[in-house]
Amino acid sequence: MATIKDMIPAFDLLQPTSVEDAVALLSEHGSDAWVLAGGLDTFDWLKDRIKRPRVIVDLGGIAEMRGIRDAQDGLEIGAMTTLTEIVNHQRVQSEYSLLANAAEHVATPQIRNQGTLGGNVSQDTRCWYYRSGWPCYRAGGNTCYASAPQAVNREHAVMGTSRCVAVNPSDTAPALIALDAKMIVQDRRRPSTYDAEDFFIGPSIDITRMTVMKPGDLLTRVYVPPIWANANFYFEKVRDRGSWDFQLVSVAAAFRMSGNTIEQARIAVNGVAPYPVRLEAVERLVAGTSGDVATQDAAGDLAVRGARALRHNDYKIPMMRNLVRRAVRSVSA
Amino acid sequence: MIELWRSTQNPWGQDVLIGVSWDLMWAAIVTAALFLVGHTIWYRMRAGAEAAAEAAPAPAPAGLPERIPRHSLASRIFHWTMSAAMLVLLITAFVPVMGLEIPSWVTWHWVAGVVLILSIVYHIIHAIGWQDFWSMMGFGPQFFREGIGHLRHLMSSTAPEPKSGKYPFDHRMYHHAVIVFSLAAVVTGVIMMMRINTPFWAQNPYILSDQAVGLVFAIHGLAGVAFILLIASHIYFAIRPEKRWITWSMIRGWVDRDHYLEHHDPAKWVVTGEPAKGSGALADSSVSAPREDG
Repeated sequence: MATIKDMIPAFDLLQPTSVEDAVALLSEHGSDAWVLAGGLDTFDWLKDRIKRPRVIVDLGGIAEMRGIRDAQDGLEIGAMTTLTEIVNHQRVQSEYSLLANAAEHVATPQIRNQGTLGGNVSQDTRCWYYRSGWPCYRAGGNTCYASAPQAVNREHAVMGTSRCVAVNPSDTAPALIALDAKMIVQDRRRPSTYDAEDFFIGPSIDITRMTVMKPGDLLTRVYVPPIWANANFYFEKVRDRGSWDFQLVSVAAAFRMSGNTIEQARIAVNGVAPYPVRLEAVERLVAGTSGDVATQDAAGDLAVRGARALRHNDYKIPMMRNLVRRAVRSVSA
Repeated sequence: MIELWRSTQNPWGQDVLIGVSWDLMWAAIVTAALFLVGHTIWYRMRAGAEAAAEAAPAPAPAGLPERIPRHSLASRIFHWTMSAAMLVLLITAFVPVMGLEIPSWVTWHWVAGVVLILSIVYHIIHAIGWQDFWSMMGFGPQFFREGIGHLRHLMSSTAPEPKSGKYPFDHRMYHHAVIVFSLAAVVTGVIMMMRINTPFWAQNPYILSDQAVGLVFAIHGLAGVAFILLIASHIYFAIRPEKRWITWSMIRGWVDRDHYLEHHDPAKWVVTGEPAKGSGALADSSVSAPREDG
């Protein structure tokens, strides 16, 4: 009898109804388990038969992971909250519009209805060598096919690389970094809280992961503190088409103003490195200035310092420079 | 069941070798631990019998100084540089595999590898030009006689430890093992370095086929696993009380006369010349470690 391969490989579907149960299942099955949130990253992997988990832990039935709640003057967003809910949430819109704006730039309305915040920040890279099943470093192999001189690497990284040059595809990630959000990750023993900028890791730390989460870990919720509420925000995402596309480069920035002066800033970019990059040097540079043209130019130049293009992605360097300039320009008098 | 290799599939469903299984790393760590514990127990059990069977030290040749140079400053610098590089290489290779994060471990690893290569080149030049190369490298009847004597000594507490020239049989065997696995690690390491960006060259991931690259990684991994055993045993013996005089000689450069007479054959390691001024030790140039197999 012929073996039919045109289907998702068989797996056990586990549907816990509490975080505790989910974590217990993830811990029990370790690297054999796959976390299913909205499924938009997952089903690509499964249908392509590149990932073949034995067990799928579907988080859809865990009510405590859904919804947006007031918490410690800030907001607590369950990891299973859909992007549409975030976009439409009144307090997110009014106080944290940066996040609403970033979430609204994700793909299409249908995908945002299904996609979750947890899934958006935890999704794997879109490097096509990796996703096509090539045995690259990120897949546990010995080669980065995307960084070779002959490679098709227009969408790949210009900084922060270490053997792997894939980029983080999340739209909400830089916004969460700019808002100084905290990511609460639960394992079998205890919850751990990570600053958003530390939640995302580069290949120099672990080339097979994009976040701090290891098998058995579960992102349960995201806390957005009040510190940047109602700040001046800027989000811009450059992509090849107007919707349903990953960013080439995006920037998310929060500015705390005192009159015409930038008192404090938090700026993050994505699409340029294997992780969203917080631009601390740029933040220090613009603090105390009015964001004038000279500051904008200096900020842009500083942002791309150390960037190194691959064969086909040198456009990303001026693009990133300009996005950072524009972010600073957004608050200039 | 321990696996030996790691492999994966390419998009055409072909199996591609990736490297050694990390089960081997754990096997090497467990083996090293068992060896250390086993040797400690074995040594304690034998200690009494060996003391009774201990041969009297050879009479001291006339004019033998109190301190006898064993390792020149150049040799010691090499040894400790190589040690530091080797430790960094082992830590950066295996600690991330154990799940502990070392940021930029690849950079640390290749930089340590370059230091190791440079130190080996230095050592080879130094050994050929300024040391008695064959006293360490020679394979001859004397080498094998000493090996058989060592084996007898290990098997029976009444068999005396054979006295050696400057370099005892076990040191030479260890050195030979290090040569083999270092060369394997260095040659494969350089090939692996060509596949990442370094200041020396732009990366070329297609320098070899995926299968050949897998073989390179496997050899490199095997050498690394072998070094877990080699380094663990080396450090263990270096800190054992009865061997510390050798370790001190790698720090101070000399051995005292008593240990020289107790463990070495003055006929095989001929010490001539006058003591170095002020130190009580002989100058390097006055020490002869003749080729034993000639």
